[in-house]
Amino acid sequence: MEVQQFYYDNKIVKKFLYAAILFGVVGMLVGLLLAVMFIFPNITDNIPWLSFGRLRPLHTNAVIFAFVGNTIFAGVYYSLQRLLKTRMYSDFLSNINFWGWQLIIVAAAITLPLGYTSSKEYAELEWPIDIAIAVVWVVFGINMIMTILNRRERHLYVAIWFYLATFVTVAVLHIFNNIELPVNMWKSYSVYAGVQDALVQWWYGHNAVAFFLTTPFLGLMYYFLPKIANRPVYSYRLSIIHFWSLIFLYIWAGPHHLLYTSLPEWAQNLGVVFSVMLLAPSWGGMINGLLTLRGAWDKVRTEPVLKFFVVAITGYGMATFEGPMLSFKNVNAIAHYTDWIVAHVHVGALAWNGFMAFAVMYWLLPRIAKTELYSKKLANFHFWIGTLGIILYTIPLYVAGFSQHMMWKQFNPDGTLKYGNFLETVTAIMPMYAMRAIGGSLYLIGILVLVYNIYKTMTAAPQVEDELAEAPELIRISPTRVKGERFHAWLERKPIQLTILATIAILIGGIVQIVPTLVVDSNIQTISSVKPYTPLELEGRDLYIREGCVGCHSQMIRPFRSEVERYGEYSKSGEYVYDYPFLWGSKRTGPDLHRLGAKYSDNWHFNHMYDPQSTSPGSIMPGYKWMFDNKEMNIADTENKMRVLQKLGVPYTDEDIANAKAIMKQQAQQIEDNLKNDPDFVKSYEASKKAAQANGEKFVPMSDREITALIAYLQRLGTDIKVKENK
Amino acid sequence: MLKFIKHNMETISGIEIYPIIALLIFFLFFTGLIVWVFTYKKSVINEISRLPLQNDNENENQTNTNL
Repeated sequence: MEVQQFYYDNKIVKKFLYAAILFGVVGMLVGLLLAVMFIFPNITDNIPWLSFGRLRPLHTNAVIFAFVGNTIFAGVYYSLQRLLKTRMYSDFLSNINFWGWQLIIVAAAITLPLGYTSSKEYAELEWPIDIAIAVVWVVFGINMIMTILNRRERHLYVAIWFYLATFVTVAVLHIFNNIELPVNMWKSYSVYAGVQDALVQWWYGHNAVAFFLTTPFLGLMYYFLPKIANRPVYSYRLSIIHFWSLIFLYIWAGPHHLLYTSLPEWAQNLGVVFSVMLLAPSWGGMINGLLTLRGAWDKVRTEPVLKFFVVAITGYGMATFEGPMLSFKNVNAIAHYTDWIVAHVHVGALAWNGFMAFAVMYWLLPRIAKTELYSKKLANFHFWIGTLGIILYTIPLYVAGFSQHMMWKQFNPDGTLKYGNFLETVTAIMPMYAMRAIGGSLYLIGILVLVYNIYKTMTAAPQVEDELAEAPELIRISPTRVKGERFHAWLERKPIQLTILATIAILIGGIVQIVPTLVVDSNIQTISSVKPYTPLELEGRDLYIREGCVGCHSQMIRPFRSEVERYGEYSKSGEYVYDYPFLWGSKRTGPDLHRLGAKYSDNWHFNHMYDPQSTSPGSIMPGYKWMFDNKEMNIADTENKMRVLQKLGVPYTDEDIANAKAIMKQQAQQIEDNLKNDPDFVKSYEASKKAAQANGEKFVPMSDREITALIAYLQRLGTDIKVKENK
Repeated sequence: MLKFIKHNMETISGIEIYPIIALLIFFLFFTGLIVWVFTYKKSVINEISRLPLQNDNENENQTNTNL
C-alpha cells in the first residue's frame, strides 16, 4: 500500500467562513431594523427599498442562505476532506461554488429591496437567480460526489450521508417549487395556482427548514462535536437510525403549515401525523449529541466553543419538541398567524443554527491559521450576551403570541367580538415588540464581538495555508459484495447507491402528497362565480406582491367562529384557482385581507395607504407614498402577463387581452371618479395639479398611478362569493 | 383528536387497503433499520465512529491536547 501525500484545501474553508460572518452581520442588522419598524413604523418613510415588506424577505434570505448557507459550505468543505482523506475534487468547482453563491447573495440583496419577488417564502428570488442557484448547487454536488469517489477512506461517516441527503433534497425542492413562466427578465408567475401552489410552497418551505437548516447542521454536529470533545459520538447506531428516519419522515410534514386552510383535509392530516412522528428521530439526534459530551462536561465549563454547542443542541431539542406540538390541529389553531411562530423559528435560527455556526467559527478559524483564539473571555462574553439575547427575543414573542390568540378569539356575552377592532390586539403587544428588539440587539452585539475577536485572531496569525496530509491509497475492491460482507457495509462504501436510496426515501412522501393534489380535480372545488382578475386588478395584485404585503397580511380565513365573525365567510379552495402565486401568508401582524373587498370606500384605502395612521390611529403599518407619486404605472407588460396566465389555464380570451388597456382605463377612471366623492381629495388633487404645472412637470392623472391599481385589487378581494350579510 | 382523522377519507373507494399498505411500509422500514444497525460488528462501529478523531498531522495533535 503506497502512502500518498496531498494537501487539504483550507483557503476555501476560510473564505466561506468569512462570507458567513459578513452576511451574518448584514442579515441580523436587517432583522434588527425590521424589529425597530414594529415600534417606529415610518422610520424609513417614503424610501421604497427600505420598506418593511421588501426587507423582510431580505432578512430571511440573508440569514438562511447567506449566513447559514456559507457556514454549511465551510463545514462541509472542511470535514469532507478530512473524513475522506483527500483534497476536494476540483479547486475550480470549489471556487465556482464560492463566488457563484456570493454573487447570488448580492443579486438577492439588490433585487429584493427593488421589489422583484415571487412572494413565495424563502423562495422569493426571481427566475434568473433561481436558475443560478440551481447551477451553483449542482456544482457543489458534483464537487462533493467526485470527492467521495476519489476518497482514501473506505467507510462513509454518517455526517457525509447527511450532506448527500441535503444536496439531493434541496435540489429537488428548489426546482419543483420554482417552476414558473417568465413574463420578462424580472417577473414570472408560478405554474401552480391557489391551493396547489400553497401545498408545493410549504412542502418546499418546511423542507427548506429540514434540509437546509437541519440536516447539513446535523452532519456538522456529528463531525465537529466528537472532534472538539475528542471522543466518538455517543451511539453510532443511533445516528444511523436518526438519519434514515429523519429524512423519511421530514418530507411529509409540510402541510402542517396549512392546517384549517382550504387544503384538502387528508393532506392536512398526513402533515400532522408525520410531524408528530418527527419528534422521535429529532430527539434521538439531540440526545445523541448531548450524550457525546458524557465525561467531558468539565470541558464545557471552560471551553466557550462547547458552551455554544450545548446551547445549540438544546435549542434543536426545544424547536423540534415545539414543532410537533404546533402541528397538532388544536395547538395550531392557537399559534398559527401569531408571533408564537416567529418565536419558534428564532429558537431554531438563533440557538441551533446561530450558536453552532459561532462554535464552528471560533474553533475552525484559529485552527486552520495554526494559532489560538485571541480572547476566550470575549468568546465567553459572546456566549452569555447571545444566550440572553435569545431569551429576551423569544419570551416576549411567546407572550405576544398567546395575547394575540386570546384577544382574537374573545367574545362578549352577547356574541360579538370583544376586540372587534384588530388594532386593539396590536397596540396591546407593543411592549413585547420593544423587548424583542432589545433581545435582537443583544444577539447582534454578540456577533460584533465575534467579528472583533476573529479579526484580532486572524491578523496576528500567519496566512492560512493548505495543509499537508498523508494517507494510504485506497485499494479498489469488487463493486459487488465481497465474501462475508453484509449488505449495509456494502451500501456504506457505495456512495451512489446510498444517495439513490436516500432519494427514494425523500421522494415517497413528496409524491404521495403532491401528485394527488395536482392531478385529482375533485380535490379543488370549482365555483362558477369565481372569475379571473381584470387587467387593472392583476396589475394591482402584482404591486401587492412587489411591496411584500403578504409578510404581514394573510388571505385565508379559517373556519372558526371568531374568524368568520371578524373577517367574513371562511375561505374556499375554489376561490383561489386564478391566484398565481397564492398569497395566503403565514403571519397576521395586520388583519386578514381575504374579504377586504367592498368593506371600505376607495377613499378609505387611498388615505390608509398614504398614511395608515390617519385612518387607523396607532397602526404599525408603514405608508406607501411612492405609489401615489406623479408617475405612470408601468403597464408595458400587462398583455404579456395575461398571455402567460392564459397559457397557465386562466380563461382570458384573446379579445380580453387585445382590449386589456381599454378595460383597464375604464376601471381606473371609475376609481378616480369614486375618489372625487371626497372633497378633501378633490382639493389636494387640484393643488397637486397646479404644483405640477408650476414645476413644469407633466401631470399624471390618479387613474394612471399605481395606487389606483392597488385599490382595484384590494376592492376585489374575496368578493366573488361574498355572501350578503343580514345584520 | 382521532375524530379529525377518522372519517374524512371514507368516501374513497378501496380505501381499506391503504392503512394496511401504510402499516406494511412503515413496519418494514423501521424493522429494516433496526436489523441494519444491530447486525453491525462492534469493532466496525467503533472504527467508523472514530473517523472524525483521526489526526491528520502534528498541528492537530497539538491543538487537541490544548483543548
